[in-house]
Amino acid sequence: MAIEVRVPTILRVYTGGQKSVNAEGDTLQAVITNLEVNYPGIGGRLLDDSGLRRFVNVYLNDEDVRFLDGLNTSVGEQDAITILPAVAGG
Amino acid sequence: MRFDSLLQSVGHTPLIGLPRLSPSSDVRLWAKLEDRNPTGSVKDRAALNMILQAEAQGLLRPGCTLLEPTSGNTGISLAMVAKQRGYNLICVMPENTSVERTQLLTMWGATIITSPAAGGSNEAVRVAKGLAAQNPDWVMLYQYGNEANAQAHYDSTGPELLSDLPEITHFVAGLGTTGTLMGVGRYFRDHKPDVQIVAAEPRYGEVVYGLRNIDEGFIPELYDASLLTSRFSVGPLEALKRTRQLLEIEGIFAGISTGAILHAALGIAKKADEAGQVADIAFIVCDGGWKYLSTGAYEGTIEEAETKIEGQLWA
Repeated sequence: MAIEVRVPTILRVYTGGQKSVNAEGDTLQAVITNLEVNYPGIGGRLLDDSGLRRFVNVYLNDEDVRFLDGLNTSVGEQDAITILPAVAGG
Repeated sequence: MRFDSLLQSVGHTPLIGLPRLSPSSDVRLWAKLEDRNPTGSVKDRAALNMILQAEAQGLLRPGCTLLEPTSGNTGISLAMVAKQRGYNLICVMPENTSVERTQLLTMWGATIITSPAAGGSNEAVRVAKGLAAQNPDWVMLYQYGNEANAQAHYDSTGPELLSDLPEITHFVAGLGTTGTLMGVGRYFRDHKPDVQIVAAEPRYGEVVYGLRNIDEGFIPELYDASLLTSRFSVGPLEALKRTRQLLEIEGIFAGISTGAILHAALGIAKKADEAGQVADIAFIVCDGGWKYLSTGAYEGTIEEAETKIEGQLWA
C-alpha cells in the first residue's frame, strides 16, 4: 500500500531531490518510520522527543494532522501527505 | 450610516448570503465583506486598534516612525491610519508581492524596504527585527505578536457576526498573523462555544518555503491552536478556481486569499450537507480583487493564472 508523500525543498537532500516519494504504513507514525528506512535522516528532521517538530506542518489531504489524530492519524491508499515548514503570512 | 471621521467607519461590514453557492436551504454560506473597510481590507481593524492601543500606552508621539513587516494589506492599513494620526511608516515587504501593493503604500505615504522573495514573510520579519534593533526610536507594532490585533476582532468582527447571524455554526478565515481567527475564536469561545473555528492557510509556491533550515520556521506569537477546530492548506489552483466562482456565481469580486477561504468553507458545507446537518457558515472576504489585477489571476485559464502567480505571495 503506497501513500504519496510530498516533500518540501528543504528536506529533498534526504530523498535524492525527489519532490514526492511513496511510503507505506497505516498511520502517520508508521509512514514516517517507513520514510526513515528508505531515506535515512528524514525522520529526525520531522520528529523530536515530543512528536512532530514545532516548525513542521503535516497535512493529510490538505488537513493539518494536528487537528486530526496527530501521529496516530490513520492513512490509506488514496491519501496524500504533504509536509511543509511553518512560514509567516500577513 | 454616518461617522465623524474615516477611522470611525472601520468595521461594521455587511454579511452577505450566497444563495447559489450554498448547497441547500439548510446549509448556508455567508460572506463578510471586509473589502468594505477604508483601505479595502480586513487589516484596517487590526491596524487601527494596534495604533490606538499604542497611543493609549504612551508609546507614540506625533511625528514618530512606525516600522512593520508586512506582505501588504497590514502595511496599507497602517499607512492610512498613521497618516491620519500623524506618524511616519516604514514597511518591510517581500519583493514577490503585487505591484499595486507598492503603489498603494506609496500613495498613503509609507516608505518601503524590500526583503528577498526566498523565505517570503519570514524574511520580512527577520529584516524588520534587525532594523528595529538598530533603530530603538522606531516603534514596531508587530502584527504577529500584538494582542491588539486579535483584540480588534474580539471587540468588533466577532460581535458583528453574532449579531447578524445568531444561528452561526462555523467561522472560516485565513491564517496569516492568526489575528482574525484568534480574536473571533476567543469571542465565540466566550459567547457561543459550539461555533467551529476553521483556518484556511494559503499554500504558496516553493520559493516561499525556501528556508535554509527547518528550524527557521515561523509561528506567530498570537497563535493558540486550542482555539481552532481544524486547519486546511489550500493551494493556488483551488484558490483561483474559487475566487472566480465567487465572482461568476455570486458577483463578488474578491482577492485570491478569499478563494482559499471559500474553498475550505465549501468543503465544510459539503460535509454538513451530506450528513444532513443544518449549518450557517460565515467566512471572511479579506479584500477585493483590485490589488491583484496585475497578477493575471482573473485572465485566461485557471492553469495559466496559476503559472502567473507561482512564487507570488498571493494572500
